[in-house]
Amino acid sequence: MFQFDKTRLDLAREFRATPWGEHSPDLQYLLSLMRRPGPEPYHVLITDRPGERWTLATMQPGSKSPPRRTNMVFTDLRAAEWHVFRLRWARLAGEELPFE
Amino acid sequence: MNRVMAYCDRWTVAPGETVRFMVSCLGGTSYTAQILRLKQPDAGPQATPFAPEPVDAPCNGPHDGRFQAIPIGSFAVVPAHPALAPAGSFTLAAHVFPTTPAKGRQAIMGTWCEVSQTGYALEIDGQGRLAFRIGAGPGRVAVATAAPLSTRRWYHAAASYDAEAGAIILHQSPCSDHDFHPEAPATATAPAGFAPGAGGPLAFAAHSAGPAAGPSPWGGLAFAGHFNGRIDSPRLCAGVADAAARALLATDPLNAALAASLIAAWDFSRDIPTETITDIGPRRLHGSIVNLPTRAMRGHNWTGRETNWTRAPREYGAIHFHDDDLVDACWAPDFAFTVPEGQRSGVYAARVTADGFDFWVPFFVRPPRGAATSKVAFLASTATYTVYLNNRGRFLSLLTERYQGRVMVLDEIDSLLIEFPEMGLSTYDRHSDGSGVSYSSRHRPLQNFRPTGRHWNFNLDLFIVDWLEKLGGDYDVITEEDLHTEGLALLEPYSVVLTGSHPEYDSLAMLDAFEAYLRRGGRLMYMGGNGFYWRIAHHPAREGVIEVRRAEGGVRAWDTEPGEAFHSFTGEYGGLWRRNARAPQRLAGVGFISQGFDHCSYYRRTVDAADPRVAWMFAGVEDELIGDFGILQGGAAGLEIDAVDPRLGTPPHALVVARSENHSNTYELVAEEVLIPHGATDAVINPDIHADLTFFETPGGGAVFSTGSIAYAGSLAWNGFDNNLFRLTTNVLERFKSPMPFPLPK
Repeated sequence: MFQFDKTRLDLAREFRATPWGEHSPDLQYLLSLMRRPGPEPYHVLITDRPGERWTLATMQPGSKSPPRRTNMVFTDLRAAEWHVFRLRWARLAGEELPFE
Repeated sequence: MNRVMAYCDRWTVAPGETVRFMVSCLGGTSYTAQILRLKQPDAGPQATPFAPEPVDAPCNGPHDGRFQAIPIGSFAVVPAHPALAPAGSFTLAAHVFPTTPAKGRQAIMGTWCEVSQTGYALEIDGQGRLAFRIGAGPGRVAVATAAPLSTRRWYHAAASYDAEAGAIILHQSPCSDHDFHPEAPATATAPAGFAPGAGGPLAFAAHSAGPAAGPSPWGGLAFAGHFNGRIDSPRLCAGVADAAARALLATDPLNAALAASLIAAWDFSRDIPTETITDIGPRRLHGSIVNLPTRAMRGHNWTGRETNWTRAPREYGAIHFHDDDLVDACWAPDFAFTVPEGQRSGVYAARVTADGFDFWVPFFVRPPRGAATSKVAFLASTATYTVYLNNRGRFLSLLTERYQGRVMVLDEIDSLLIEFPEMGLSTYDRHSDGSGVSYSSRHRPLQNFRPTGRHWNFNLDLFIVDWLEKLGGDYDVITEEDLHTEGLALLEPYSVVLTGSHPEYDSLAMLDAFEAYLRRGGRLMYMGGNGFYWRIAHHPAREGVIEVRRAEGGVRAWDTEPGEAFHSFTGEYGGLWRRNARAPQRLAGVGFISQGFDHCSYYRRTVDAADPRVAWMFAGVEDELIGDFGILQGGAAGLEIDAVDPRLGTPPHALVVARSENHSNTYELVAEEVLIPHGATDAVINPDIHADLTFFETPGGGAVFSTGSIAYAGSLAWNGFDNNLFRLTTNVLERFKSPMPFPLPK
């Protein structure tokens, strides 16, 4: 059974380099773990300007409430993916990733 | 802040015809309207600038507005009749299958009016128990309750008012369901020193809430207390039914011994394709369903010996009601647009705006009826648009990101759908009780039918319109709604018909029209992926209402329950066209093989590209890789992709001129190709996953060109339309417009 291992910084580096596209099996397992539906809020992006600017927001699963905006704004979707990955890593590891 | 929502009464309109718009203001009393011609999607800085073309129209400008509620939730209703308010003792009975007994009070059957507190009602109370209520006005209400109901089990329920004894009596009898659920019959009684008052109309699965303050789904009334679950064989008779009489009330067919006491017996197995409920009792007190609860559902007596409701209708006497069914928002119209004579065919929209918040209501102007104004027709995928309307489920769970491989992106109009669940569901959703949504209607405000937001279906198809505009704008726009109705006659005037990016849903009439067109020399440019995949049924009377039964295989958000694979509208077997021996490969050469939403790839030329039969296609196209660029995730091959498969009907002379490669882990083999789970199902390891750019000739001098990829259209405009995919696709269009026949290869 695949389990999160906070020493596998190689997977974080792989994701940072390639957030989309072909992933190693272990990174794909990690992403499936991070994306497992559960009762906790999850992150989405709100389009401010199509193709140009997005704001990070959170949603409650099954909620009738619209997404709640954060103060994080992105002009690059890769940066947004990496930011969300870091947040999820920190939640699983109990500590921040040791690199940006 | 004022926001606004709207919809229109028709999607396809010809010059001289009128389209009406219904508008609701959310927090204000005014809005502005503008009719526009849409020439491209709003797709950001890499795309053609979004520049809808204003159309002069008397309706343009400011309007007064108001809030219009949406009366969501299905029920059935019989107009008030003296016989439905018996003067003395009476009994009502039905088979009941609750699916959310714990959600709160829900009406099953009766004349109860919540405002006047009069009438009678068999219902589920706030504790999930079967209840019988009578009332003669405020302060004079009696209720009897029995044991809590289990979820998704059949019961026979019978309730009596005993005028002589001054009592109400309730019986609850669980039905055997081939299991060992330890439930016992239950009975409850309560004193009732008054007779029920007249109440309202007799309703099933909801009760009257008095005159509606806004839009009404039926008779100017509001309805509440919507029930989730199935009702089968409801009956009403005079007198207090004893055990023997209750047994007679539960039998099917109706027992002749009831003739002396029977008031009404509604047989939901009759007229299944219609919105009528038929009373087979002596007074013929027929009624109607409202907001399209699901019909052709297994009844309490389903045996499994027959799975086609048309051959055993008596076993399909249940209607499944949902508190989130919606077929028509029933809003009053606010303004109208009559298409001027001479207005060019195209994609149009009304943009309604309040406090800077835009809501779009697209529609299609076809050429004058019976005429074509171009050799080229763009066939808008209105069937697919309808099926996807208000796809709520994709926002409500992290599951979407799991299979899409990207953080979900949404906008303010998507948020509106989350905030206002009464906008209803898509056939990609499940009802609040977990059952799949079989019906979709366009007669309501629509969140995902617009030129902005996520590039999917309508919005993505505007990339094809953008390309046609770049080529000079010589094209007509026709719709699948009209294709279903008019068949071959709609396609016949055109040299070339282009589909949208994802023409996934087809009726038999639509497929037959395509085939007939191609056999007569027509040319089809299938401009997308995952096309011609699911069978649909159109409502026999309501335009813009479509049914999908997700039977057997296929990539699907839910699956049909046992014995419910046949459409209620037509009696046709639902599911994949592949399961109906009309796989998409037969028509288009390619069929759905995989989907992924994180990254799009490219096509690589194959040896077939050098075949002299397609030399014209590659004029000016020298590159090895085609479409290794694009507005949609960086490539032309992706999102949902199709491959050839001779087993499923790809003609032997089809040429795969380019094939995609290098897809990601999120691209999994479609479920219907994985009969035994084996793990090697993603594109990183499975060589079957690719998009095939395919061409073949048809016997009448016609031809088919298939892109096999939804993302394809997003690459046409790349680099200011200066790219190899634009040239190749334009070559195809120009050759397909030519009257010169395509000879079949020897």
